[in-house]
Amino acid sequence: MMDQLHSITVDVNGTRHSRQVEPRLLLVHFIRDQLGLTGTHVGCDTSQCGACTVVLDGIAVKSCTVLAVQANNADIKTIEGFAGADGKLHPVQQAFWEEHGLQCGYCTPGMIVAIDQLLRDNPNPTETEVRRGLDGNLCRCTGYHNIVKSALSASKKLRGEQMSEAH
Amino acid sequence: MIPAKFAYAAPASLEEAIGLLDNPDAKIIAGGHSLLPMMKLRLAQPSLLVDIGRIPDLAYIRGDDGYLAIGAMTRYWQIINSTEVQQAAPVLAEAAGEVGDPQVRARGTFVGALAHADPSGDLPAVALALGGSVRAAGPNGERDIDLDEFFVDMLTTALEEREIIREVRLRVQPPDAGAVYLKFDQPASHYALTGVCAVISLSGGTIASARIGVTGVGPKAYRPRSVEQALVGQSAEESAVTDAVRTVTEGIDVQGDLHAGPDYRAHLARVLTCRAVLEAAQRQATTRAI
Repeated sequence: MMDQLHSITVDVNGTRHSRQVEPRLLLVHFIRDQLGLTGTHVGCDTSQCGACTVVLDGIAVKSCTVLAVQANNADIKTIEGFAGADGKLHPVQQAFWEEHGLQCGYCTPGMIVAIDQLLRDNPNPTETEVRRGLDGNLCRCTGYHNIVKSALSASKKLRGEQMSEAH
Repeated sequence: MIPAKFAYAAPASLEEAIGLLDNPDAKIIAGGHSLLPMMKLRLAQPSLLVDIGRIPDLAYIRGDDGYLAIGAMTRYWQIINSTEVQQAAPVLAEAAGEVGDPQVRARGTFVGALAHADPSGDLPAVALALGGSVRAAGPNGERDIDLDEFFVDMLTTALEEREIIREVRLRVQPPDAGAVYLKFDQPASHYALTGVCAVISLSGGTIASARIGVTGVGPKAYRPRSVEQALVGQSAEESAVTDAVRTVTEGIDVQGDLHAGPDYRAHLARVLTCRAVLEAAQRQATTRAI
């Protein structure tokens, strides 16, 4: 019974995938190894670092702490799903570019997905709220300073774009 | 990093899930944010995971005659956003917002935290301070277990081997009480090195009743009864409260690990219990003034 594989179907960045998986396969390994989407990173073994963060059924989660079988029939968005089909950067990605929000880039996909979640919940966060919203994402390079600036810049962009659409 | 092999089932009903627990090596998985980290380090190696996440109608928050009934699959983020909780037990919404981080709160469940009984988990302290019971479903039917009897030892509760918690029933915060949850957390995991929940009622400027839940200090969350009793009749000011909380770790096997030794945890318990009582009393006074 332990050797039994399970069939799962997931929608990832708008594409459906069906695979047979071991129950113990972590969602992060399914995304990286079986789907070849290596933008999502593994950065720890304690569910603390957040480099594995993806959007699962509309909410940012740590994909290292979800089993692929738990994601059966789910809708997933990884970092690869953020830029437009034409390559146009998502406002959060654009902000990271402009504000130098990364050095080695290892934490960056998780940071972007977490900031996207934060701004969906709270479109106009204070600096303190940004830092709290990133409690689940660790960075060893930047000291967080430019990551916070990127988040605040992205929030302005997203509010500015929405405002201009209203006109 | 990779769990040991296991079988997996996602039953469609609580009855089916209970049936699957006749395997003594089976474990329930709900949010999985206590269990999966342990399995990834191979500290836990169940041979079967029974996923209750596909059972319909287990995520709910309902007012019920002076109690809040919260279903087994209710996630922390749902508790934080619930107007029902914000009105009936605001300290619960606040404490749920202190658990882990946003991604953890997206998946983790309140009932799962109670069933897992992590000695450093936040919600057991809040559950004890508010009071109430868990409703456990097993092969012989359902029973209510008072929260004061529920936490037995480290990672050990009063649940029988084949029981699953269907819901937790928390007493609503009394309208004449102020409550707060304070914790001193480990910065990466946000687990409580010490966490204290205080529910304080005042009467004529002195403390009329005190219910306190302490976590992170002993092998399980507990109510420091000697402190609760010592606080009654005291004025809610620092010197009286500091004196009353002196015995907060009396009779407790205070834990030590690489994050904090036992002396430090005992110190944190005294400091945080004092601060929590004063803050709770202050909140009560503020509410009454409105």
